[in-house]
Amino acid sequence: MRTLSPAVKARYFRRQAADLIMSGLCIVAAIIGIIMLALILWMLFSKGLTGLSLDVFTKSMSSTGTGGGLANAIVGSLIQVGIGSMIGAPLGMMVGVYLSEVGKTSPFASVVRFVNDILLSAPSVLIGLFVYQIAVSPFGGFSGIAGALALALLAMPVVARTTEDILRLVPQAYRDGAIALGSRENEVVRKVILPAAFGGILTGILLAVARIAGETAPLIFTSLGNSNWSTDLTKPMASLPIAIYRYAGSPSADLVQLAWTGALLITVGVLLLNVVSRVSLAAVKRGQS
Amino acid sequence: MSEPAPQSARRPGLALQAPRTQSAITSPTRISLRQINAFYGPKQALFDVNLEIPDNAVTAFIGASGCGKSTLLRCLNRMNDTIPGARVEGQILMDGVDVNGAEIDPVSVRSRIGMVFQKPSPFPMSIYDNVAYGPRTHKLTKSKADLDELVERSLRRAALWEEAKDRLDKSGLGLSGGQQQRLCIARALAVSPAVILMDEPCSALDPVATAHIEQLIEDLRKHTCIVIVTHSMAQAARISQITAFFNMGQLIETAPTDQLFTAPKVEQTQDYITGRFG
Repeated sequence: MRTLSPAVKARYFRRQAADLIMSGLCIVAAIIGIIMLALILWMLFSKGLTGLSLDVFTKSMSSTGTGGGLANAIVGSLIQVGIGSMIGAPLGMMVGVYLSEVGKTSPFASVVRFVNDILLSAPSVLIGLFVYQIAVSPFGGFSGIAGALALALLAMPVVARTTEDILRLVPQAYRDGAIALGSRENEVVRKVILPAAFGGILTGILLAVARIAGETAPLIFTSLGNSNWSTDLTKPMASLPIAIYRYAGSPSADLVQLAWTGALLITVGVLLLNVVSRVSLAAVKRGQS
Repeated sequence: MSEPAPQSARRPGLALQAPRTQSAITSPTRISLRQINAFYGPKQALFDVNLEIPDNAVTAFIGASGCGKSTLLRCLNRMNDTIPGARVEGQILMDGVDVNGAEIDPVSVRSRIGMVFQKPSPFPMSIYDNVAYGPRTHKLTKSKADLDELVERSLRRAALWEEAKDRLDKSGLGLSGGQQQRLCIARALAVSPAVILMDEPCSALDPVATAHIEQLIEDLRKHTCIVIVTHSMAQAARISQITAFFNMGQLIETAPTDQLFTAPKVEQTQDYITGRFG
């Protein structure tokens, strides 16, 4: 082996040192992130678990200041997130399919894509105020359906974006193959492209559901919150994020405890949704190969 | 292996008037190309191509990359319609009807002309569903039993039945590269096309799989008009009856394959097949 000149050696050590420092910084950053997450989860579980009882799921929120549960908030959240997703996800999928398969680079598609990106990054409180203007004040009151509408508006751009991204990953060969067999454009999309992208689109939808499940601001102006049990979509409706928002600053230790438990429920729900989506995606992928 | 090859090997005296070549010349014209000019936006890809493609024969397009041979192939089933800015002038007469005619639905053209691509690309669905895709799209069968039979027949014709019959419900992506390409051929055969276009169907395959496909092409051409684009001159010589040589968007020479490779009339062709080119 040839001996290295001092200049080369010095350069080599300099590079090694730089590598060591940068790797160290990356690891420190990762550890800080993980510690934060662990602390949040630890706090949630330690404070939330103690308040977990059957009452939380069976009793509605109390209007007297102490006691009660979260049953109406849990059901209200499920209803509003459910309806919001059922409106927002199909709309978003259709926008995504249009952008990727029909509009592509046309001027109109570019405008739609741009507007969708703005909607995607719009502050959620703005969406709440918008829905207040169109669905609350004209009808003379806060309602569950207005809350669901606000959540749908938040979910739609997320689903549109991920759908377009996923569809673009579908190999052009599938499109060519289907067209060469005499398929019309809509058949290509329905029978080949969408099934091929199913797993990815599903993940996008579940991510959107997870996102809107924790939204508070858009619900404050739309479904308002409700201390009583109500599943009437035309009346104010309770939800977990608003229950947490109301109770967290309460002077009553009981209610603060309930806020912690509610936060734990949302987190566990979103976590479960993520796990389910990953497992189902893996199953779909296994089926395809 | 194929019948004609050993025959001509045993009787070298007959090689010049090989039966393959003769049958190719006598079989009727399936596709006539008249003054084809093709453009991608402002760029012209084909110049005044005139060509007669016979039925029941393999016609090979050869030439360097970018010479226009794939463009011409994609004109035949109007696949270029799907590329923004692509434009074709001239007449492509299939059985006397212009496939670019105003009243012609491109879907009906493509359902009569099958296509096999360079990269084997089965749809991400079961082997059965891959083959049944075309028949289902065009509602060719009345019952499940009919469809089952059509799928089996297509897979047999593509020489894939024995390997696939026990795993019809498994994904087509689980097959080997050569099997996937035969699945794509079966998929094309299922709609009983009069013409099959192949765009370098073996370039992604190993020699054994290639031999399989070539044997299959030899069997299929007895009842079908086959047009194949290939980079391999040896392959063109092995499987085709007519060879067309393209250069820079122009059709330089068309001749019976034996003749083109042994006694080309144009110097450019001579240069290309002897490797003195570019």
